[in-house]
Amino acid sequence: MSSGIPLQYFLILATIMFFAGVYGFLTRRNLITILMSVELILNSVNINFLAFNRYLFPHKLEGMFFSIFVIAVAASEAAVAIAIIINIYRRFTTINVEDVNEMKY
Amino acid sequence: MINFSYTIWIPLLPLLMFLFLGLAGHKYFPKLSGIIGTCGLAIITILSYITAYKYFFTSEKIDGAFQKLTAFNMVWLQFTDKLHIDMGVLLDPISVMMLVVITTVSLMVHIYSLGYMKGEKGFERFFAFLSLFSFSMLGLVLATNIFQMYIFWELVGVSSFLLIGFYYQKPSAVRASKKAFIVTRFADLGFLIGILILSFNTKTFDFITLTNPTGTAITQGGGAAFLGLSIMTWSMIFVFMGGVGKSAMFPFHIWLPDAMEGPTPVSALIHAATMVVAGVYLVARMFPIYSIAAPVALEVVAYVGAFSSLFAAVIACTQTDIKRVLAYSTMSQIGYMMLALGVSGYGGHEGLGYMASMFHLFTHAMFKALLFLGAGAIIHAVHTNHMTEMGGLRKYLPITHMTFLIACLTIAGIPPLSGFFSKDEILAAAFEHNKILFAVEYAVAGLTAFYMFRLYFSIFWGKETQYHHTPHEAPYTMTIPLMILAFGAIVAGFIPFNKLVTSDGKAFESEIELMIAIPSVLIGLLGIGIAYIMYKKENAIPDKLATTFKYSYKWAYNKFYMDEVYLFVTKKIIFRYISDPVAWFDRHVVDATMNGIATVTQTVSFRIRGLQSGQLQKYAFVFVTGAIMLAVLLVYLWK
Repeated sequence: MSSGIPLQYFLILATIMFFAGVYGFLTRRNLITILMSVELILNSVNINFLAFNRYLFPHKLEGMFFSIFVIAVAASEAAVAIAIIINIYRRFTTINVEDVNEMKY
Repeated sequence: MINFSYTIWIPLLPLLMFLFLGLAGHKYFPKLSGIIGTCGLAIITILSYITAYKYFFTSEKIDGAFQKLTAFNMVWLQFTDKLHIDMGVLLDPISVMMLVVITTVSLMVHIYSLGYMKGEKGFERFFAFLSLFSFSMLGLVLATNIFQMYIFWELVGVSSFLLIGFYYQKPSAVRASKKAFIVTRFADLGFLIGILILSFNTKTFDFITLTNPTGTAITQGGGAAFLGLSIMTWSMIFVFMGGVGKSAMFPFHIWLPDAMEGPTPVSALIHAATMVVAGVYLVARMFPIYSIAAPVALEVVAYVGAFSSLFAAVIACTQTDIKRVLAYSTMSQIGYMMLALGVSGYGGHEGLGYMASMFHLFTHAMFKALLFLGAGAIIHAVHTNHMTEMGGLRKYLPITHMTFLIACLTIAGIPPLSGFFSKDEILAAAFEHNKILFAVEYAVAGLTAFYMFRLYFSIFWGKETQYHHTPHEAPYTMTIPLMILAFGAIVAGFIPFNKLVTSDGKAFESEIELMIAIPSVLIGLLGIGIAYIMYKKENAIPDKLATTFKYSYKWAYNKFYMDEVYLFVTKKIIFRYISDPVAWFDRHVVDATMNGIATVTQTVSFRIRGLQSGQLQKYAFVFVTGAIMLAVLLVYLWK
């Protein structure tokens, strides 16, 4: 099964996902897209957790639990973030992050 | 043992009056305040008389001496077991005598002010302040310990400040009140230092312990020495410095003439009869220590007193403002009292000077209050302070004229008025002790008669001056106190002070010594005669004399330039060479450091505030870059 796939493959995939997420977070202007990028980052971390757990400590389950935990947090975080985004939209009638710059000097 | 515990009400009642009039007077009964204040004072005057009668005539004497009684005492501030400050009431001959003096003069001034201050703005405030003053002065004389005395001493200073600056919209009054406060405050610094040294050495504040002539404080206090004088002497000289300030002795006298800016009744009460004798009272209170443990300090007292009395008498001869003449005369008479204390010994006939000083204090309070109140009546009638603008007033002001004449004769020492007796005792005491001081005081007696009658003749006789409107006699509220005080000035001399108020509480025999009395009366008459020739009718002699002795006249007229000396010392020396550099240091070093820090912070903040752009993704970029850099650092460099 998975024993055929080396650990590096998982890590490379996670790295690609992580930097894709960071790139999206820094360059996209739409708040929803930024939220999606954040999800991407979280999921890359989940992959890392699972891969390390499977390869390094096969008889333990902490990595599994932690990834489940991350998924739960991500879900609630998405709920909060979307609520914020809706409020921002009501206030500024836009969800372009560059136009939301009230908190400056 | 008679119960004197009611005497606590003597100082407390004026305090209550002050609070009552000060807080409620302005709003609810501005017109009635004067009557209420006067009634309150009348009550304590009666109480004081009862106290005096009971103390002098019915209290038991031990070994023929009046005892010092602590009528009331409570611990006010307890710091440690040994260090505590008490508040209380001490009765002994001088404090009981002062009670009578203060309440009598204060009551007269209250009644007088009802007429004098009528319709003035701040009528109720005036009476509230008068009550505050009475409270502080009574607390001062009744103090059981030196620290209580110091506290009330300062309170007296404050009430004097408030009353001199009563017309607070007049710049000269404000200046005068500040001057009085600062000068006396500076002198009080010496008093405080003296108290600290004294109590550190003797381990007590209490007067009875301190002044017990056989107690440890006096017999063992003067051990250590500093610059050739014992510690006790030093502390007593410092204590005397406070007395010099309050009693306007040279060199701290400069505030007294300016203090005449206050309303005239205030000058009569505070700057003539009561407050200024606080210094004399202080020396008298500490007298056993001065006499036994610190004779050098007592010499200082004598010479300061003698010099001040001569100095002030010379200035008084040239002044033209009647209140200033009286102010210098006050200074001169207090000099007499100080001198009398300074030449006195302790106990029995040796203590003649002490008795004479207290005697003179008593009679002086009567006639000087009378003179000031009379001057107030004159000013009230002609609306000027300058005697050059007066003349021929005897026709318009008959009562004031008679009482003023009595006061002038009293201060000139003409028998059988009271001033003669007390002055004679002082001269006798000086004669026995020190011939030089006696000669000085003898000359001053002549000068006193001269300048008082110069004042008298130029006001009531002299040229016929045209007034804008005919001067009229003052109302009864003002003339009745004058008559009462004139009566006091006449009869006070017959009080047997040698039986009542003596240095050790025991009676001793003293009689008028004709060898001293006759010359002193003669020189008084001589002074009056010269004044009669020069000022009875308008003539050219005073001007001629003034031009002949141009320079000495100018010096005396300008008060020997003492004010200028002070200004020179403070402005040119202290301000320029000490205050200015310190101020420069403060502004250019201390402040500049703080301002520099603020400026740097502000400039830097302006420069870097662009970083706070509000662009979420810029922050995120910085954050990510930083995180990556840290990761690289940790992985590759943290080996």
